Amino acid sequence: MHLHRYEKIWLMLGAGGLALFIVLLCVNAFAMGMAPPSNMEMIDPEKVTETPPFDKPGLKQVGDNEYDAYMTAFAFGFAPTKMEIPVGATVNFHVTSPDVIHGFQIPETNINFMVLPGHISSATHTFDKPGEYLILCNEYCGAGHQVMATTIIVK
Amino acid sequence: MVIARKIDDTLPHVPVQRSAATLSLAYVWVAYIAFGLAAVAGMVQGMVRGGIMELPSWTNYYQILTAHGVLMALIFTTYFIVGFIFSGVARTTGGSLHGAALKFGWAGWILMTLGTLMAVVTILMNEASVLYTFYAPLKASPYFYIGSALLVVGSWLAGFGVFASYRKWKRENKGKTSPLFLYMGVTTYILWITATIPVAVEVLFQLIPWSLGLVPTINVMLSRTLFWFFGHPLVYFWLLPAYMAWYVCLPRIIGGHIFSDSLSRLAFICLLLFSIPVGFHHQLMEPGISPAWKMIHVTLTLIVVIPSLMTAFSMFAIFETTGRKKGGVGLFGWFKKLPWTDVRFFAPFVGMLFFIPGGAGGIINASNQINAVVHNTIWVTGHFHITVGAAVALTFFGVTFWLIPALTGRQLTKTANRMGMVQTVFWAVGMFLMSLAMHTMGLQGAPRRTDYTTYMDHPLALGWMDYQRVMAFGGGLLFVSAILLILILLYLTFYAPKGNTEYPIAETETTQEVPKILERWPVWIGLVAFLIILAYGYPILQQIQHQAPGSPPFVTW
Repeated sequence: MHLHRYEKIWLMLGAGGLALFIVLLCVNAFAMGMAPPSNMEMIDPEKVTETPPFDKPGLKQVGDNEYDAYMTAFAFGFAPTKMEIPVGATVNFHVTSPDVIHGFQIPETNINFMVLPGHISSATHTFDKPGEYLILCNEYCGAGHQVMATTIIVK
Repeated sequence: MVIARKIDDTLPHVPVQRSAATLSLAYVWVAYIAFGLAAVAGMVQGMVRGGIMELPSWTNYYQILTAHGVLMALIFTTYFIVGFIFSGVARTTGGSLHGAALKFGWAGWILMTLGTLMAVVTILMNEASVLYTFYAPLKASPYFYIGSALLVVGSWLAGFGVFASYRKWKRENKGKTSPLFLYMGVTTYILWITATIPVAVEVLFQLIPWSLGLVPTINVMLSRTLFWFFGHPLVYFWLLPAYMAWYVCLPRIIGGHIFSDSLSRLAFICLLLFSIPVGFHHQLMEPGISPAWKMIHVTLTLIVVIPSLMTAFSMFAIFETTGRKKGGVGLFGWFKKLPWTDVRFFAPFVGMLFFIPGGAGGIINASNQINAVVHNTIWVTGHFHITVGAAVALTFFGVTFWLIPALTGRQLTKTANRMGMVQTVFWAVGMFLMSLAMHTMGLQGAPRRTDYTTYMDHPLALGWMDYQRVMAFGGGLLFVSAILLILILLYLTFYAPKGNTEYPIAETETTQEVPKILERWPVWIGLVAFLIILAYGYPILQQIQHQAPGSPPFVTW
């Protein structure tokens, strides 16, 4: 099989760039701790409302300026409906669904994950700027999907 | 006295015999009926989301979205591909399909059409507003799933028809290298049949029993994994036939030759190997899959860059050498020598241009952390509208302009060619505006698959409104283009003057040795199986052994 000299150069540059890119992705994920949200915890989706801590969704202070937010995403809303935190707070979100699949996204942050019934999704974000952050569902979940949103206020 | 039709001797014209041509046209026309309906749905969606119109109470956004997705992404593409491959297989194996291939072809058409009708009726009755990804535990009517299964099984029969033609050709041409188009057709069907097995398993063993109420709950994680096991190679099933047109038909259209027979085959083998074991890159933001397995799939996904670069090199090498032979001088003089007013070249070429940002966007989507910025935002919608909706669709349009008259024994007239150019420009401009708005909004966090909403007048969401109007405007241009296309195709099928239209199949300039290994299918199918077991064996075992408590069905629309 004959490869033209220019094609060899072209493919070697491409393959080299690709290899470097994959190495960087691995370093990012495993050495710098920026792997995508991949929590392995499970929960019975039919018993979410009676399983602590999801029976009482809300914020729980766990550190100096650090909170655990236990939330449920359901057709068509999020619980709790109102959350307020001080500027600079780190929030560990833990979210599950009692019904269908939902999305959990806070635009202008890197918080974006799927919420699957039977699983608990987790991700962490530090809110450095004050404002009223929109939390929205970004996976189609039914007729009211477009109204499924809430906010988190950072003061 | 027989008056012989004047045939241009410089064209190695082998007509496709009527029996094969009819089969191919039957597929192509169902494709374009689905396309027309899907275009209406798409235009309406754009207008609704742009805040330009409101839907009447008897329908809703998600019903129309389901119709658009299913008809465009599943029906239009699959039917066109099956029809195109049958015609090309006939064209490159002597001009006809033999009995077995025709029988498989028609049986496939009947099953697929039955399945399509079942799915469309359930969607129209609003019993299947589950979008074309039908994620459980959203539960559609069982008939929607049974229809989908028939569609898949029908397409397998079409594949068996192509395999039968290949075996016949091999038997009659012992020791010879198969025609490139036929080889690529076989590769495409191996990819398709392998990729549709997991979704068939999902539909037959999970969704149908569960939707009928035979089992109370479903393993949601497993159903998603099986879906994306199919969902990514699906996009390569759309792409490979476009590549067939690029590698085999385009060089002939511009008056050139195939760049390299072996490298074309090698690119297809690479695409076959590295398009299947990669589904987790659609599930990067999901719980229940470990970061290490996600990274393995990301790595395998990105390897597809290599055959893509090979294709880009081949294409531009063909363009340059052909342009230079026609007298193009200097660094870029060859560029002017390309047939810019020939829609058969122009439409696929514009498609190729869209594929450059499309490929770059694909790398962004597949790369682990950056995916968090764009996952499930309307950026993704923009991405697949410039890949399948522009690169692939424009290539299919470009093919259809010569395929239909070649099969109906009519001419692609100058006027039809000019109208095709106009149609291509409308499509390109519409798609450019719409996808640019989608990409931009997506980066700002606007979600995909969402009805018109201001999120309680949140300032961020209000900021998306202008882009949504641009998106709707682009959608309007696309709709105009779609109507124009249907009119041109009706003309080419029923009204264009009788005559010869070439079925362009290029050849290599000199005889090229093709390594025998490229046609040893057991080797490649074995490798495919090995990569699949490597990428999916352990994760799927885990998802069955350590499954989350199951989910009952929900109808939330």
